[in-house]
Amino acid sequence: MEKLLLRNIDVPDSHTLAVYRSRGGYRSWEEVVKNIRPEQLIEEIKASGLRGRGGAGFPTGMKWSFVPKDSPKPKYMVCNADESEPGTFKDRLLIEKDPHAVIEGTLVAAYAIQSHTAFIYIRGELAFGAGVLEQAVDEARQSGYIGKNTMGSGYDLDVIVHRGAGAYICGEETALLSSLEGARGWPKVKPPFPATHGLFGCPTVVNNVETLAVLPWIIEHGAAAYAAVGTEKSKGTKLFSVSGHISKPGVYELEMGYPFMKFLEEDCGGVPNGRKLKGVIPGGGSMPVLRPDELEKVNLDYESVQAAGSFLGSGGVIVMDDATCMVRAAWNLARFFAHESCGQCSPCREGCHWMEKIFHRIEQGEGRKGDLELILNVSGNIMGNTICPFGDAAAMPAAAFIKKYREEFEEHIAQKRCTIRME
Amino acid sequence: MALEFSPETYKKFEETVNRYPKKEAALLPVLCLAQKEFGYLGQEAIEYVAQLMDQSPARVYGVVSFYTMLNTKPIGRHHIQVCRTLPCALRGAEKLISFISKTLGIEVGQTTGDGRFTLSEVECLASCGTAPMMQVNDDYYENLTDDKVTEILASLK
Repeated sequence: MEKLLLRNIDVPDSHTLAVYRSRGGYRSWEEVVKNIRPEQLIEEIKASGLRGRGGAGFPTGMKWSFVPKDSPKPKYMVCNADESEPGTFKDRLLIEKDPHAVIEGTLVAAYAIQSHTAFIYIRGELAFGAGVLEQAVDEARQSGYIGKNTMGSGYDLDVIVHRGAGAYICGEETALLSSLEGARGWPKVKPPFPATHGLFGCPTVVNNVETLAVLPWIIEHGAAAYAAVGTEKSKGTKLFSVSGHISKPGVYELEMGYPFMKFLEEDCGGVPNGRKLKGVIPGGGSMPVLRPDELEKVNLDYESVQAAGSFLGSGGVIVMDDATCMVRAAWNLARFFAHESCGQCSPCREGCHWMEKIFHRIEQGEGRKGDLELILNVSGNIMGNTICPFGDAAAMPAAAFIKKYREEFEEHIAQKRCTIRME
Repeated sequence: MALEFSPETYKKFEETVNRYPKKEAALLPVLCLAQKEFGYLGQEAIEYVAQLMDQSPARVYGVVSFYTMLNTKPIGRHHIQVCRTLPCALRGAEKLISFISKTLGIEVGQTTGDGRFTLSEVECLASCGTAPMMQVNDDYYENLTDDKVTEILASLK
């Protein structure tokens, strides 16, 4: 399979402008800014079928088309490089190894919505990646790809690399915008959507790193070439970050629709140390876990994973072998969400902490009769009752762990101890 | 004397603010500058930044307290942050944290008496394929073993 996203990363010095340009870099940007009208560009990306790779899978061209063309306000483009979803490390790879692809994609998207200021919001912990991006932006600016009258096209466009300061919630687009406005990263009620009321109340589009990084390829090869890859509804390729109990962890690029079990067993080398597979979280820590029997017919595309009862999400695949204590795993993720809840909506602020406490006491051998119903009840009361999707992201995995490994939870409560010791 | 930026940092502060379409958007980068300059963001530093940014200290404190990378108390020269989230936990993060804690003779959240190390547990650092891992100040250390950690700690003076 031709690599669309990881096309450059194995080339020595792939992060430099010279290497990027030698591989055709910035030709798409030049073509776009000189020869393509914004409406044409939006139509082209709509035709490609590209969907947002941050987790929600919303059609990218359609997201752009919601930006009003006649607004007198400035428009902003934001690249979401706040990768923090447990089990996800694909954007970090692109940022560190192919920063110019991320920048070129950001420029193309900015032009599509006629924005003259673009931000790359990178999570604060990724200091190395932020340095790589800043250097790449400087190089691109010095070569005239960014700045006033870029490449003599008459189009002005500046790019600002903005570092976060540690908060998972800032990966949610409205929280990201709050953070970029210099405030606590609190999500905002939608509607109004960022496309009309985003950064400083101005029309704004937020797209994920992976979504943006593939744009130069689509421009170069055409929407039809992209749409020819993948399934009917999930087009193109996608990056998968594989972690946990797996022989060959890492970032893989796959055509959408690739068989899940084949991927785990053949491409990733299967579960190591002679152990058996016990469960897989397919799309990052916020997505429901799947048992091996549920995985058999699943393909890696949005529709197939959803039909199995989970979501493709960020493509963060967390693999757990049969020595894993599922109570401890559920507690670990519940603790993550309790720590990261922004505290704005009470169902999530209170509920996440209660779920964490109850999972913990079950794991410690202090679980009580009715605890599982209590967690399911709390989880159900968070679902759909918060401003942003974080609430669902915390509630779904908690409920899924109990539903799918109920016996193990009940055993913990009955025997008043952890029945499986995690290495 | 009240806390203030060195002339070099003040210049960086001005450049930072000028990059943004609105001054308030520069608050996080300015707080990071201040933390680098003063070591942590205590009350004096917060009041100073508030004055520079034309905001109330209460609002600035509200922002500082929201973000895990901003410290309101002094920390050690080397801030060891071990990822504890599921993908790292599946590959030995809990044992790693106990090992570091034992080696340094401090609990999670504490600083060594000589001010050399602070040990923290943190949530997912996007390094799950190379677990277990830790971040020390700005640097990632991945695929850790006890031996590797011993070596790394010895190199951090």
